[in-house]
Amino acid sequence: MLADEMMRGNNQQIERAAAPAPLSPHAIALRDTAVQLGVRTIWRDANLTIAPGEFVAILGPNGAGKSTLLRLLLGLLSPSQGRIEVLGNIPRRGNPAIGYVPQRRTLDADLPVRGRDLVMLGLDGLRWGLPLPGSKRRQQWARVRETLEAVEATAYANRPIGQLSGGEQQRLLLAQALVAQPELLLLDEPLASLDMRSQIAIAQLVARLARAQRITTLMVTHDINPVLPIVDRVIYVARGQVVIGKPEEIITTEQLSRLYDAPVEVVRDSQGRVFVVGLENETAHPSRDERTIAP
Amino acid sequence: MNLVNLTSLSAHLSLLLASSIQPFSWNLLADIQQMLQFDFMRAAFLAGTAIALVAGLAGYFVVLRHQVFASDTLSHMVFAGAMGAALLGVNAFLGVYAVAIAGGLALNGLGWRGSARERDIATGMVMAWMLGLGALLLGIYATSSIANGNTAIGAGVLFGSILGVAGQEWIIVIAGIVTILALLAMARPLLFASLDPETAQARGVPVRLLGALFLLLVGVSVAEAVPAVGALLIFALLVAPAAIAQRLVKRPYAALALSALLALLFTWLGLTLGFYTPYPVSFLITALAFVTYLLVVAAQRLRQFATRRRFSNSNTILTHTAGG
Repeated sequence: MLADEMMRGNNQQIERAAAPAPLSPHAIALRDTAVQLGVRTIWRDANLTIAPGEFVAILGPNGAGKSTLLRLLLGLLSPSQGRIEVLGNIPRRGNPAIGYVPQRRTLDADLPVRGRDLVMLGLDGLRWGLPLPGSKRRQQWARVRETLEAVEATAYANRPIGQLSGGEQQRLLLAQALVAQPELLLLDEPLASLDMRSQIAIAQLVARLARAQRITTLMVTHDINPVLPIVDRVIYVARGQVVIGKPEEIITTEQLSRLYDAPVEVVRDSQGRVFVVGLENETAHPSRDERTIAP
Repeated sequence: MNLVNLTSLSAHLSLLLASSIQPFSWNLLADIQQMLQFDFMRAAFLAGTAIALVAGLAGYFVVLRHQVFASDTLSHMVFAGAMGAALLGVNAFLGVYAVAIAGGLALNGLGWRGSARERDIATGMVMAWMLGLGALLLGIYATSSIANGNTAIGAGVLFGSILGVAGQEWIIVIAGIVTILALLAMARPLLFASLDPETAQARGVPVRLLGALFLLLVGVSVAEAVPAVGALLIFALLVAPAAIAQRLVKRPYAALALSALLALLFTWLGLTLGFYTPYPVSFLITALAFVTYLLVVAAQRLRQFATRRRFSNSNTILTHTAGG
């Protein structure tokens, strides 16, 4: 079954290769990149390129520098060494071609704003002054409605966001990131604190929308399993290193043992789910509830 | 132009009033006309309108951003600033505005780092210290020769005197207009930064700059309200209308407008009641705000309770049918 999924992934890559070539050959390129926070080097010697339209999962233990990678691409951090290119340019803060959903705690339960308004801020939140009614405003609301429809959030878009479930909030945040029609989508743990069914639903929704609109997507995820059937490649960040490859190349006993420099075992269960065993003491910021770390 | 004599001035006015005005008649037009014959009432309405609109608009974001405590601290800073200005013999307005602006920026500095709890503690410490400093300065002032026997200045700064603003109402109106324009100009990015700071920052909203600018504007709102409603009572206009609006309306810009409208309503009603009854205007404004808030909360609780009962009733019926 897993092999099936991967074949399908390969086919999709072939289909995509046949599409017209974009101006810039890479959506993202890192060359000998290193990043430092204070005096600590988070990771170094990262070399990778990501093609336009690719769907990539970012895996690795807590504190290894997964979110740091996203912050680098967003231009919120500068590399200490090497180069980065995003959509053919040096990363800059506020690039409208990038949609971003940060990692988050849940929103205040009494946040007195509708989901629809939060999505609208993705379109006009940068503008100064109050929104004035008129045809431009109507077009903007039409775009918001269209995006809400696409993420299947229309039914609860008028309710205060704080009162919605984690999965519903995640759909609205995704709509906010998509509403300005980005070329690159950066999602930081969008599946965290969701139940398994919502994890799969959100992952499939992201994949479907990203494919349909040819949006390059990077998704940090704690657990590979909900996204395993839909990713093209995975980036693994661990122990100061960043590696990229197809899931079947990276998530193997040999690769991960080499990456961690420790005996690690990758186990697959009867349904094709992947588990990594032997990393019990490997998190950079050890957390109590992680006995087994799914990659 | 000075805060020093406000309280005694308003005492004079109320004596003057008692002798010459007709009681409230339910002929509203005549009542309002009579009220607005007096210079000090026109000044009070003018200043009150500016203060209410500023407080209603700023208050929406104060409540949204969990900065109620921080804005209360600004009031205490302003008290210390007014006392310091009185002691040094400089213009009290200057002292109040300078301290409010510096205080807003300093509080913003406190908010940058640390957890919500640390911020809470730091703000509380500053607030207590500022009130202590204000008490010290008031003590020095009251026993010094500058005071000239006027010891009511402390109460004047803390509680203001809206019936005694004649002559300075235009300063309040101009400061108000500037603050309102600044708040409306930054409303949208500030809303983004308040609801979702991380995304806003990544999208290029200057989140920190907006935060600093906003607390500075809250400082100005407190400062401009000092002569009229006082450093402490401005708090009622800053918090209550916004809290009510956020309970009633979930569209952000509509809630912002409703908050300003409610603040205006409380102020106008308070002024009118204050003119026709023996109660002080500041008490009436705060009481109106408080009672309205209680009523809205109570009405919402009742409605919640009612819908929950209806739900549990229909559930009981369903189980019965299923069981039978």
